[in-house]
Amino acid sequence: MSIATVEKPPLAVFAEQLAEKNAEQAEKLVIFAWSGELDKIWPTLILATTGAAMGKETTVFFTFWGLFPLVKNDVRITGENWMQKMLSVMNRGGDMHLKLSKMNFAGAGPAMMTHLAKEHHVASPDELLTMAKEMGVHLIPCQMTMDLLGLKREDLIDGLDEPAGATTALAEAQGAITLFI
Amino acid sequence: MNLTVAMSLNLKGMSCPLPIVKTAKAMKGLTPGQLVEVLATDPGSVPDFKAWSRATGNALVEAREEAGVFHFILKKKEEGVLT
Repeated sequence: MSIATVEKPPLAVFAEQLAEKNAEQAEKLVIFAWSGELDKIWPTLILATTGAAMGKETTVFFTFWGLFPLVKNDVRITGENWMQKMLSVMNRGGDMHLKLSKMNFAGAGPAMMTHLAKEHHVASPDELLTMAKEMGVHLIPCQMTMDLLGLKREDLIDGLDEPAGATTALAEAQGAITLFI
Repeated sequence: MNLTVAMSLNLKGMSCPLPIVKTAKAMKGLTPGQLVEVLATDPGSVPDFKAWSRATGNALVEAREEAGVFHFILKKKEEGVLT
C-alpha cells in the first residue's frame, strides 16, 4: 500500500497565501516630506493620493522646509522673534507660493509650471492636498520643526493630524513603503 | 462584450493620478461584484489601471482603446478575497 500525498488542510493553504501576500505587499505608505519646493511637494502629494487610492494606509510626515507648504496661503509673517520672522519673509509659506528647486527665475518658473499644469489638466498641489484629506491620508506636521521655525498650529491649514515627533513617524513607518522627498 | 455597469465615470482629459484616484473614490460606493466603466484619455492610465487592479484585487475586466479614448471596465472585489 502506497502512502498517498496528504492534501494540505484549507486553513494551511490560506495561511500560506496570506504570508505570501504580506511578503509582497506593504499595506502602508509613509512619505517624509522634507523639501518645501513645488517640484518635490507635487510628486509627494501625487504619490500620497495614489497610495490612498490603492488602499494603503498613507501618512505624510512634514518636517523642516516641508512644513511651509502647509502654511495657510493668506498667512504672511510667522514666527516670534526676528530670525523666524525673517525666515517667513524670505521663504513664504502656502501651497500657492512654492518655489522650484531649479529654474525658479524669481517666481516666473513656478508661474509657467502652473500654467502648463492647467493646460495639461494636472491637479495642482492645492487640489491634491484637499483630495488627500478627503481620502483619509494622515498629514502630520513635525512638532519640533514647527517650534524651531516659529510655525504655530493656527498658521497651518485645517484638516491636519496632531503635530507629532520622529517616534510617531518611525512607528508609522514600520512595515511600510517609505520615501524621503 | 455586453456588460451591465453600475456606474460610468468620464475622466477624459485628466492626468495622473486623477483617473486612478477618482475611480478608487467612486468605487468605494459600490457593492462587491458591481462593475464600473471608466473613460480616460491619459495614455499612462493603461499601465496604471493594470497595476492598480493587480495591487488592489479589483479585476480589470476590459481595457480597450477607441478613437483615442481608453475604456476600462473594473469589477469591485469580493470581501475577504485574497489579492
